Amino acid sequence: MSLALDESAAPILEVREVAVHFSGLIAIASMSFAVPEGEIVSLIGPNGAGKTTAFNVITGFLKPTGGKVLFRGTDLTRLSSNRIAGLGVVRTFQRTSIFAGCTVFDNVLTGMHRQGRAETWGALLRLASVRAETERMRAAVAEILAFVGLSHRADELAGNLAYGEQRLLGIAIALAADPKLLLLDEPAAGLNPSETEAFMGVVQRIRDRGVTILLVEHDMRMVMTISDRVVVLNHGRIIAEGPPEVIRANPDVIQAYLGQGVKHAKG
Amino acid sequence: MTTRLLPWLFVLVMAVGPLWLGDQYILYVLTSTGIFIIGAMSLNLLLGYTGQLSLGHIAFFGIGAYTSALLSLGFDLDLGGAEPFVLGPQPVWVAFLGGILVAALFGFLIGKLAFRVRGAYFVIVTISFAQVMRMVALNWVDLTEGPMALNNIPPLSVWLPWDGVIPLYRKEYNYLLVLAVAVVCFLVIQRLVQSRVGRALVALRENESLARSVGIDVTRYLVVATVIAAGMAGAAGGLYTHYIRIVDPDVFMFIYTVTMVIMVVTGGKGTLAGPIVGGLAFGILPEVLREVARPEVQWIIYGVAMIVVVFFLPQGMVPAVKNWFAGRRKRVAATALGLRKETSA
Repeated sequence: MSLALDESAAPILEVREVAVHFSGLIAIASMSFAVPEGEIVSLIGPNGAGKTTAFNVITGFLKPTGGKVLFRGTDLTRLSSNRIAGLGVVRTFQRTSIFAGCTVFDNVLTGMHRQGRAETWGALLRLASVRAETERMRAAVAEILAFVGLSHRADELAGNLAYGEQRLLGIAIALAADPKLLLLDEPAAGLNPSETEAFMGVVQRIRDRGVTILLVEHDMRMVMTISDRVVVLNHGRIIAEGPPEVIRANPDVIQAYLGQGVKHAKG
Repeated sequence: MTTRLLPWLFVLVMAVGPLWLGDQYILYVLTSTGIFIIGAMSLNLLLGYTGQLSLGHIAFFGIGAYTSALLSLGFDLDLGGAEPFVLGPQPVWVAFLGGILVAALFGFLIGKLAFRVRGAYFVIVTISFAQVMRMVALNWVDLTEGPMALNNIPPLSVWLPWDGVIPLYRKEYNYLLVLAVAVVCFLVIQRLVQSRVGRALVALRENESLARSVGIDVTRYLVVATVIAAGMAGAAGGLYTHYIRIVDPDVFMFIYTVTMVIMVVTGGKGTLAGPIVGGLAFGILPEVLREVARPEVQWIIYGVAMIVVVFFLPQGMVPAVKNWFAGRRKRVAATALGLRKETSA
């Protein structure tokens, strides 16, 4: 079924021969993969394989040494990170990233930034259009908080939330930016199994809203359950690509994760 | 409802109270404190909301003061050509607005210069900027009179239906003028920080990477905040120069920036009322101490008071009072709940 999808869906994101060198250290040698529109694609690999580096390149937090990143045909490598977010490519961070000193509600409202138009003069004159826009955005924030299940915490300071709730808030902020492509960097890191379960539900519901998802995750059960396609990275190179069931059986992948020992054990 | 009326009640008391007392000395203290409070409010926009410490903030104040003074006095400038550039005295309000504009322009340049320069580097850029301005004021004697100071600066004037245009020599008028400018600045800051622009500024303070990841052009909003803050500080400088009616290079002294930082930090940075509360406390304190303590003791008490506030109320006085009220409301609610339980049982 996923093979049929591969052929019908046009790629929303195309990473072409991207290379990242940190003065001699090769973080990514040459990486190419595509993310079809409407799918959940996971990028996996051992620690230090270059997954977060790939995220930083795609979202403009890092300029690659070579190669291109095409989002619906636009090269992202020349754009600043806020411009890229403006196109609808929004990321979350590996370490919990929220506006800790603001309320949960204001966190999401801040995330709505690019859906507003109000600028300095409009704000100073309190134009009717600005007030209407604020009302609209507040309604949208309430909807997003309900979507991720944080409505009851709306007035709490974000820094006071439990860890799992902060991870959810991170997703809510990203959703507020109205992503077409959402990049989730280890969203389930540090969550307990039942929280992870709930989280998988949220990610799938985001995809059902029509948002394409690129996921970096270590929790293999989560990756294998929700992904349409998996890209495996090791030592800065892609070693395998395909649907979860194919990846699970791929000997190179098993070797990358478990080392040579498997071969010896089998042999 | 009460929280909406409270600020206006405060303005009314501040407008009527000192005039009713009629003491010239009190008026003088409140006027000069008010001018500094405007400076502190503008600093708070940068320090409290964007999280960037501008330790050269007095530079914008001084630029506003000098520009306004020079425009109202007129000046001639030898630009190396055959004929020097001569500008006659301008109306005081034109000069005042000119001071705001020039200060805002420098704010724009500093904001641009501070492109990608954050934290400690922003502090260094702004300190250096203020020092350079002081050097310019001290050494460009042809224009600024250097250490001899610009004097005989005309006061601001106002049109009154019963008097026509009158220059504001009287302390009462100057005081009300400062109060009016402070109210305007407060409203501008309030509207700004409660808007989409303000949320972008706070996002820069709280988490710059996250702000960029949701599409906020942080540098642009930092420039907007710097321009507005610089313009306000320039307005404070203009008020100062036409009130004191003399301006010398000491206006750029580092200690004045420190005074504004103290006002913001003790009052509560990132709160609207913080610079006003902190400003009134630490602007009036030296004058009160002058009457009760010997000079060398005054500053010791001032310093101790400051340390006590920062040590016990690290967030500042305004957040401390707010938290206390919030805590009390919670306790009251809890007691009420407990009572209800008892009666039901």
